[in-house]
Amino acid sequence: MAAKILIVAEHAGGKLNPSTAKCVACASTIEGAQIDIAVFAADGAAVAAEAAKIQGVKTVLTIDNAANAEPLAAVLAPQVAAVAANYTHVFGPSTTFGKDLMPRVAALLGVGQLSDIMAAEGAYKFRRPVYAGNAIITVEAPQDKKLVATVRTASFQAAPQGGSAAVEAANVSASLPSHTRFVERSAATTGRPDLQTAPRVVSGGRALGSSDNFKIIFSLADKLGAAVGASRAAVDAGYAANDLQVGQTGKIIAPELYVAVGISGAIQHLTGIKDARTIVAINKDAEAPIFEVADIGLVGDLFTVLPELEKALG
Amino acid sequence: MSKILVGLKRVVDYNVRVRVKPDGTGVVTDGVKMSINPFDEIALEEALRIKEKGGATEVVVVSIGPADTQQQLRTGLAMGADRAILVQTDTPVEPLAAARIFLKLIEKESPQIVLLGKQGIDDDNNQTGQMLAALWDRPQATFASKVELEGAKAKVTREVDAGLETIEVDLPAVLTTDLRLNEPRYVKLPDIMKAKKKPLDTVAIASLGVDTAPQFKTTRYEPPAARSKGIMVKDVAELVAALKQKGLV
Ligand SMILES: Cc1cc2nc3c(=O)[nH]c(=O)nc-3n(C[C@H](O)[C@H](O)[C@H](O)COP(=O)(O)OP(=O)(O)OC[C@H]3O[C@@H](n4cnc5c(N)ncnc54)[C@H](O)[C@@H]3O)c2cc1C
Ligand SMILES: Cc1cc2nc3c(=O)[nH]c(=O)nc-3n(C[C@H](O)[C@H](O)[C@H](O)COP(=O)(O)OP(=O)(O)OC[C@H]3O[C@@H](n4cnc5c(N)ncnc54)[C@H](O)[C@@H]3O)c2cc1C
Repeated sequence: MAAKILIVAEHAGGKLNPSTAKCVACASTIEGAQIDIAVFAADGAAVAAEAAKIQGVKTVLTIDNAANAEPLAAVLAPQVAAVAANYTHVFGPSTTFGKDLMPRVAALLGVGQLSDIMAAEGAYKFRRPVYAGNAIITVEAPQDKKLVATVRTASFQAAPQGGSAAVEAANVSASLPSHTRFVERSAATTGRPDLQTAPRVVSGGRALGSSDNFKIIFSLADKLGAAVGASRAAVDAGYAANDLQVGQTGKIIAPELYVAVGISGAIQHLTGIKDARTIVAINKDAEAPIFEVADIGLVGDLFTVLPELEKALG
Repeated sequence: MSKILVGLKRVVDYNVRVRVKPDGTGVVTDGVKMSINPFDEIALEEALRIKEKGGATEVVVVSIGPADTQQQLRTGLAMGADRAILVQTDTPVEPLAAARIFLKLIEKESPQIVLLGKQGIDDDNNQTGQMLAALWDRPQATFASKVELEGAKAKVTREVDAGLETIEVDLPAVLTTDLRLNEPRYVKLPDIMKAKKKPLDTVAIASLGVDTAPQFKTTRYEPPAARSKGIMVKDVAELVAALKQKGLV
């Protein structure tokens, strides 16, 4: 039986998140798979139109419901589980949206979940990282059960545009709970590129010493048109916002260029940047572990190197 | 009488650089330091703070693992938990099975809040709390960085990709912790002595009548692909030249 894969779209503000096209890319590596996308929203028309353009997608289902205005896992999960009835696989992105939602879907379906797929070797055989990426395991899932999984977005390039999937409204009957209510979201609107999708990222660590000093990271990032990231130590110390944390327990990213400034290179940090194309490290300690993974390393004091670098970049 | 149930998973300490066995059958765990999953320490700290502020009367720590897991539970008791339950098993359980076990304990203990870590730092699954909330048919507030109790409700701020999100949930509920929720206290020596007298019940996993058969089969362990060796540059001019060569500036 060929795989029939349902992908749960991630979206906000009427726009599709690129993580969805990365899930499609993952699903497309499974031979003969039929790929559909489900958009759960208050009014999903615009998002569905975007999703329909992703190559490889057959049908986009819209499940419009005022209760779906905000992505609450407890509200979405019973609906996803209902739509999943017609599928062999249900995929979501390994973003906070997918991580929150998909295990709840799996449990409602009475099955386990495979987290963070980095490669598919078949419809029921996958590779995923464990121990902060220090080991990659090959996992086989039973073919007689629905497979619920999250896709490690850093492992896949977004599936290209150019598709023309059919868009259909789906009727879902599921009783929705009222025990969970959305209150507010405070997003730091920086006007800068998004950390998870930016091709370039400049990150600062504990060495920055204060949130005021951290501004030189923003300044270099602006010069390079890059997003800003941070180590856990920098976030814990309050130099950078929580959502800028890169690493095992923060964001896993795969930019073309990653510049690590005053970051030692703890395993928890490195696991978040392993897939970066080029890693540049600036650190005053020549023994810092970050240099073991850096493609270009410069030993020096960041407070002299960064201003010089900015100047040299013109 | 409101109770908080806290999950304490025994994991390889975060400072250990885990290595894959040469034959690809697993990772080297012999003689490796084991600790409480850091997110679970945060969960326990939060439970203790809630109790200290009068929001709960009892904190019960629960672990599913081998007999040695008593060490981590004793540490939890020394931190301030009132009681511990070890669901003993020598075979690791998948998150769905862990959730089913927690549900069994919930049926017996009737907690107001179940506090778990957002992820185990060994398997990084990030599933158990969400699965438990689904099976229990109760709210979940994952990746919590702030928890405020207001009677039979909790207002929880969550760390999400876009920033911070606040939701309100009716209790009982499952909460999972993120790094910034609190800083766990250190255990003091007298507390370790006191903890020895606190109750620690051991329950055989089979006695719970829960389906714990694994669904997934791990067939191979490999080390991650190594990155090719990089270059060191001596100054900013060389750095810029190297970036230019790669077409990055
Ligand atoms: C459960 C858990 C989860 C974690 N998750 C993450 C995660 O997701 N992401 C993460 O990043 N960390 C994570 N950590 C923390 C991680 O272990 C490290 O503590 C952290 O990454 C260190 O941050 P840092 O490199 O900024 O600080 P440090 O390790 O203190 O390094 C600072 C570096 O700056 C250099 N330096 C100092 N001054 C200068 C200067 N003037 N110029 C140039 N260089 C200078 C030093 O040589 C040093 O190498 C986690 C830890 C735990 C326990
Ligand atoms: C695909 C897959 C492959 C696996 N392969 C292997 C393998 O090859 N070898 C092996 O040894 N194991 C394997 N396991 C089982 C694994 O060791 C874990 O026990 C299980 O997956 C829980 O993982 P986690 O901690 O990442 O869960 P998470 O969902 O990340 O845990 C979140 C939180 O749930 C609570 N929690 C979870 N488990 C426990 C527990 N036991 N006791 C107390 N609280 C708990 C804690 O509060 C924890 O912070 C596999 C599991 C899966 C799903």
